[in-house]
Amino acid sequence: MENHTKSHHPGYSTYFFVWLALLAFTSITVTVAGISLGKYTMLVALGIAAIKSALVINIFMHIKFEEKIFKVFLALSFFTLLIIFILTSFDIIYR
Amino acid sequence: MANGNTVAENFYHQSTNKHKGILSWLLTVDHKRIGLMYLISVLTFFVVGIIIGLLMRLELIAPGKQLMEAQTYNSLFTLHGVIMIFLFIIPGLPAVFGNFFLPIQIGARDVAFPRLNLLSWYVYVVGAILALVSLFLPGGPIDTGWTFYVPYSVRSTTNVSLAIFAAFILGFSSILTGINFVTTTHRLRAPGMSFFKMPLFVWATYATAWIQIIATPVVGITILLVMIERAFGVGIFDPALGGDPILFQHLFWIYSHPAVYIMILPAMGVVSEIIPTFSRRTIFGYRAIAMSSLAIAFVGYLVWAHHMFTSGMSDTARWIFSLLTFIVALPSGVKVFNWVATMYKGSIDPKPPFLWVMNFIFLFSIGGLTGLVLGSLATDIHVHDTYFVVAHFHYVMFGGTGTIFFAALHYWFPKMFGRMYNDKLARIAVALYFIGFNMLYFPKFILGYMGMPRRYYDYLPQFEPLQRISTVGSWILAGTIFLIIGYLFHALVKGKKATSNPWGGVTLEWHIPSPPPLENFKEIPTVTHEPYDFSQLKEMKNE
Repeated sequence: MENHTKSHHPGYSTYFFVWLALLAFTSITVTVAGISLGKYTMLVALGIAAIKSALVINIFMHIKFEEKIFKVFLALSFFTLLIIFILTSFDIIYR
Repeated sequence: MANGNTVAENFYHQSTNKHKGILSWLLTVDHKRIGLMYLISVLTFFVVGIIIGLLMRLELIAPGKQLMEAQTYNSLFTLHGVIMIFLFIIPGLPAVFGNFFLPIQIGARDVAFPRLNLLSWYVYVVGAILALVSLFLPGGPIDTGWTFYVPYSVRSTTNVSLAIFAAFILGFSSILTGINFVTTTHRLRAPGMSFFKMPLFVWATYATAWIQIIATPVVGITILLVMIERAFGVGIFDPALGGDPILFQHLFWIYSHPAVYIMILPAMGVVSEIIPTFSRRTIFGYRAIAMSSLAIAFVGYLVWAHHMFTSGMSDTARWIFSLLTFIVALPSGVKVFNWVATMYKGSIDPKPPFLWVMNFIFLFSIGGLTGLVLGSLATDIHVHDTYFVVAHFHYVMFGGTGTIFFAALHYWFPKMFGRMYNDKLARIAVALYFIGFNMLYFPKFILGYMGMPRRYYDYLPQFEPLQRISTVGSWILAGTIFLIIGYLFHALVKGKKATSNPWGGVTLEWHIPSPPPLENFKEIPTVTHEPYDFSQLKEMKNE
């Protein structure tokens, strides 16, 4: 597990600011839920959720500081998820 | 590379903890012992599933009520499905044979996370106990079918929540096993064992592990959503509450179709081990078979909605999924052709494990080809939700994975237990299994084509002769399975001692004593040969 000795860990301040950012995004999600955005509602909610998960995965889960192989496998998982979304949309959109 | 047969002690006599007796097993972190604990557990549930199947077939021996009420029948087919799928087939090959042989085949002393491995067994047991408890609590056993389709599963007054929660827990066991196998394969390969020198069983188990990790959470989330809907009346799936029932089917099959590959991929890996050993010939198209495992694992994600052609899904989605379904047949075909090509001009020794594999190729091919009938939109509308689907499913899952479970058991039994079983009885069992299996399931293709719906308690008089043949077949098949369990138990106690390499295999498990010592190897081997290079046999004999 040599990558663990090499990896760079962010300081407590980074964690703190990320935590604040997550709280801010959560409050934005709650606020936006009360505003009628029509067909963009889902898009905005998903966009905010994507930013939040990117922060958690990169900083809290240390993916940003890990070897390339971890990023490749993570990308593969996201790619699979994306395909699942696209294929499901062929039903939802054309039903 | 080889370790001599000088180690008198084996893992049955050496413990990873200070305890003796049953505690030395219950607290063990040895991958082989955990594999055997899984073997006992899955075999126990397999027998329960068989008994339930026999009762259902007995009920169907003639039209009208024979043994039980319709509601009991509904619960029995649900239980049969839940037990056979979640407690037998899914963990059957990876958790039993993967646990036992994956570390040995890559030259490791254990899996990467031995404690997590033990935890996965306990999680499995807790899930199984919860499923059993749900049968006896007020409300009664779940009656939704193993697919838990909404809106019925939201409205049924039976113990749906607890039973599906059991499936949720079992999912964690599967994920933990997957994480362990991926890490073990990446981190613990012996020196010289590059990815393309790994045995094909390892490749198949590795591909399976990825599906276990990525797909299982989807069903976990779906189950939680059903529980939330049942408990709090939130409208997620139930159309009466503004939900979308087809969304449930999407989410359920996004897991459950790849789960079919969790079941069949390791079985294909076992076939790729047995055929070269008994043909004395290196595998034909090693890389093609290895890559086809990954291709099946990947394309397997893209075909789920072929279970939903008649659900009311959009036409666009239907033709796209039908097309993708035909594509998944390609990597499966790559495997079958390469297996057959391996046997060509080989020096075939038809020992029982090989005969089991021949059984598999025949039964699985019927299962696979009838899958194309179901994958085509037009024909699927005619036979959907009939016995045709039941027959197809059993040919693929039981004829495929179930048959290979027995093949693997017969192939690796001498290595796992250090004993040989009765060869003649094993050959008789293969023949009886073939007869019983086809008698039980082939009539269902015809019945389905004639319009007999699945999951029905009663039927029209014209279906009686074929239903009766099917029931007699169930007796032959179940009798054969009990015969197999019987002679294997007898072999455990009174069988002749097995040598370290009774079949002339060349992968790493055949280089170590039978049964293997604790930690498998005295020294970690350095791999110099291709996995199926039979020129090693001479060196191995000299050692």
